[in-house]
Amino acid sequence: MSEHVDTSRRRFLGGTAGAAAGISIAPGVFLNQVAQAKPADQPVSSDNRWGMLIDTNKCGDGCDACVRGCMEENGWGDIHNSEPHSSPEQKAQWIRIVELRDTSTGYAHQLPLMCQHCKHPPCVDVCPTGASMKRADGIVLVDKHICIGCRYCMMACPYKARSFIHEDLQDQLVVAPRGKGTVESCTLCVHRVDKDGADAVPACAEACAAEGHDAFVFGDMNDPNSEISRQLALHGGTQIRADLGLDLGVRYRGI
Amino acid sequence: MTRLFQSLQSLALATGMAFLAIPLLASAEVPRPDIPEANARYSEAQGCVEPTEEMRKNHMEYILHQRDETMRRGVRTKQYSLEECINCHVPKPESGKVVRSDSKEHFCSSCHSYAAVKIDCFSCHRDTPMPDADTTMHRLGSGKAHHFTGTEAELTADALRAVTEEGLQ
Repeated sequence: MSEHVDTSRRRFLGGTAGAAAGISIAPGVFLNQVAQAKPADQPVSSDNRWGMLIDTNKCGDGCDACVRGCMEENGWGDIHNSEPHSSPEQKAQWIRIVELRDTSTGYAHQLPLMCQHCKHPPCVDVCPTGASMKRADGIVLVDKHICIGCRYCMMACPYKARSFIHEDLQDQLVVAPRGKGTVESCTLCVHRVDKDGADAVPACAEACAAEGHDAFVFGDMNDPNSEISRQLALHGGTQIRADLGLDLGVRYRGI
Repeated sequence: MTRLFQSLQSLALATGMAFLAIPLLASAEVPRPDIPEANARYSEAQGCVEPTEEMRKNHMEYILHQRDETMRRGVRTKQYSLEECINCHVPKPESGKVVRSDSKEHFCSSCHSYAAVKIDCFSCHRDTPMPDADTTMHRLGSGKAHHFTGTEAELTADALRAVTEEGLQ
């Protein structure tokens, strides 16, 4: 799927081949790219940019299903008794519920906040080893193999999205290796994305849907026909601290 | 003179004895590692995912290469993935018995402790299979025994491909 697709031609054909399955004109070249996972032996490509749109109006009051879903999937947090010797401030937090309150009116609502998967990530800028990295498809990760635990990225991140592991861990989950002396954060459930491509649903979104709120839309922001692109085109989306010009992969509605 | 000669002779004798004694002592004090058998093998002929001698010598190269391919480029083939190594070489955790990487019964540590080479994988990576792990071997119906008993597990080339490229489905 890394072949370049002539978008103007795709737009022209969009009306006719619209929602039909991809018509292959040559191996790997599609007139209309349908959502399908990349083969396991193919690298990710910059044809995709994975992102998430979160509608805070749908976010249930006091609900933390997304946080628990993330813990469940990636093995951090109290439900796994991860980091029992660390203080609450030290413990890893891949996704958190932030409450917003308008002091003049008293109006309060909440939103889930995690790594925003910036196009221009400050954490990558400051990393002295190259461990803080952005994949071709826009997912920002920590390569713990070369992370030295200096925590510059934690200071650089405007969203407080990263955590440092202070103690030895055991029985980590296969999908999310994590360990003492390294920094970690939301991976946009990269293991699911690599497996299912545009059909992937990150654990937070899955938990939210199971709770009946459906506040999350995950998808390819580079594909004009994807659900997330259509929603963004229709209603727009707010970036938190848009003034920093980081071009975030996570957008919000209702804030 | 004779005394000097005698002392030299006894010295030579002593050192000679020592030369003789060293290998005996070595074999007595540093036993060869007892390497646990894998859950199964692709075939008697092939052994591991690469020939056994190759894996013993160069397993780290395969893991290192796969590590960067997966981490940086999102390539998730199973042939050389650490997860599959663990699934095949380490018994699943059972109640009352969990073989962890700090035990000499653990496949990796059995040899690494002998070679005095520290493994850094398991400070972040899981050192046992997940409870619901479905190993590639499992599909062959030969993963039930922890100790491979040498029954024929010959695979056709097609079946081998299906197993090793399972991640491509």
